[in-house]
Amino acid sequence: MNHLLALLKENARISLEDAARQLQMTPEEVAAGMEALEKEGVIRAYQAVVNEDKLAADTVTAVIEVKVQPEREGGFDRIASRLARYPEVTSMYLMSGQYDLMLFVEGDDLRTVASFVSEKLSSISGVTGTATHFRLKTYKHHGVLMDFTHETERLQVSP
Amino acid sequence: MKPNDSKFLLNRLSTTVADLPRSGIRDFFEVVSQMKDVISLGVGEPDFSSPWHVRESAIYSLEQGQTGYTSNLGTPQLRGRISGYVEKFFGISYQPEREILVTVGVSEALDLAIRALCNPGDEVIYHEPCYVSYRPLIQLAHAVPVILETDASDGFKVTAAKLRPLITDKTKVLMLNFPTNPTGGGLTAEEVKEIADLAVEKDLIVITDEIYAELTYDREHLSVAAMPGMKERTIFLHGFSKALAMTGWRIGYACAPHALIEAMMKIHQYTMLCAPIMSQQAAYEALRNPEEDIAVMKESYWRRRNFLHGAFTGMGLNCGLPEGAFYMFPEIKSLGVTAKDFALGLLESEKVAAVPGTAFGACGEGHLRCCYATSMEQLEVAMQRMQRYVDHLRE
Repeated sequence: MNHLLALLKENARISLEDAARQLQMTPEEVAAGMEALEKEGVIRAYQAVVNEDKLAADTVTAVIEVKVQPEREGGFDRIASRLARYPEVTSMYLMSGQYDLMLFVEGDDLRTVASFVSEKLSSISGVTGTATHFRLKTYKHHGVLMDFTHETERLQVSP
Repeated sequence: MKPNDSKFLLNRLSTTVADLPRSGIRDFFEVVSQMKDVISLGVGEPDFSSPWHVRESAIYSLEQGQTGYTSNLGTPQLRGRISGYVEKFFGISYQPEREILVTVGVSEALDLAIRALCNPGDEVIYHEPCYVSYRPLIQLAHAVPVILETDASDGFKVTAAKLRPLITDKTKVLMLNFPTNPTGGGLTAEEVKEIADLAVEKDLIVITDEIYAELTYDREHLSVAAMPGMKERTIFLHGFSKALAMTGWRIGYACAPHALIEAMMKIHQYTMLCAPIMSQQAAYEALRNPEEDIAVMKESYWRRRNFLHGAFTGMGLNCGLPEGAFYMFPEIKSLGVTAKDFALGLLESEKVAAVPGTAFGACGEGHLRCCYATSMEQLEVAMQRMQRYVDHLRE
């Protein structure tokens, strides 16, 4: 992975100047590098990693395993692209194993997610089965520990 | 007898120990530990915890009840992995059964190596500024320390030209540590070769402390032990503390020809018996696939090195770009203060701790050791404060 991408994956909000100081580059080179990564589609977005459990609103997240009948033309991709376009779907992957697609679905409450599954998901032709699991608590999200981080103390001066 | 009289007890001490100066690091630590809210650039260890899979494996080994002694040499499994790793990373092949000894940190291994080799009066050449234990360990072995002074003008390197005039018919050992704590200095392949050739010519034994080897940033690291004619006259010391962030586990190792390992093992078995088994298990796990763990931490140190170097240069301080380790050794001579006064002033007025270069040898005067294994946020604040202090001194 290039140095700039590794840095941005840790901290996407770093200023061009700070990134430049750490990477032996000029701020202009950092800006050009970021633009190139965006243009190539390597960087798709910059987002905040949120601890949902800290929010007052009780949004519901579900992981849904979906079995689909692959099509003669296009395999899984066409049906996957239809499912992925629903705004309720926040992440989606093609999986090996017992089922085919794994969807992460977010809704304001249980009913929203339930109706997404029963009315939208199951009615799509090609979907042959679903299994829905609800998230109870988040321990780690996008590589970030949510709650149990604590500072370890080091000696202030050591050889 | 007056056992409560400390003078009485002091008179009973070994003169070798009584004459040994306290570590300058320890003096400075005592000043710093009196103060609150200090940003410390004074540490000599990573700011990462050991990789989780390493910690997890130690917990598992405790659950399995592995709490006994191991072979004096260290567990055969760990020695096997060390052998594989040293061959892969350094290109030197050591037999795990006969040529590797697991120790309690490289610190113990250094002590064993010097004691195993030196008779009273033997001369040991080492380079300063250097790690704080080198000179005392030579003195404790009743050998004669011979300083090779390095300086900023040549990147704190040992060169064959500087080494040759120090060699006498009493010189037995040459100690090397590249990349160097506290300077971050490193050697090119050509420089390593010249030192090796001279060691062969003068029939020296070389002790090479490779603890920062993996943290070499701009080129491939080359160990002197890998040069032709060197393996048979070199004690190669390495460990897990720095590149794998495992300082507190206290695991190091020595690789050397069998006769030397056997001699070191004699001292080790009577003083230490063996390194702690849980730490050995953790070290075994750490070498399962170390490249990935090391790469992540190294990338992070590299960024911080670049940042700090820019910051010091921006303050108008003379500071070479260190080739390795996680230390910067900027020069503060131009400000007209001693290293100690600068460090104490910086601590008092700006609450930033950096170790005076003199803690690592007299020729470290005019320098500070600043460790950049501290979070980027802390480094940024520390550099702002230091800038303010430097401006104040210039007024």
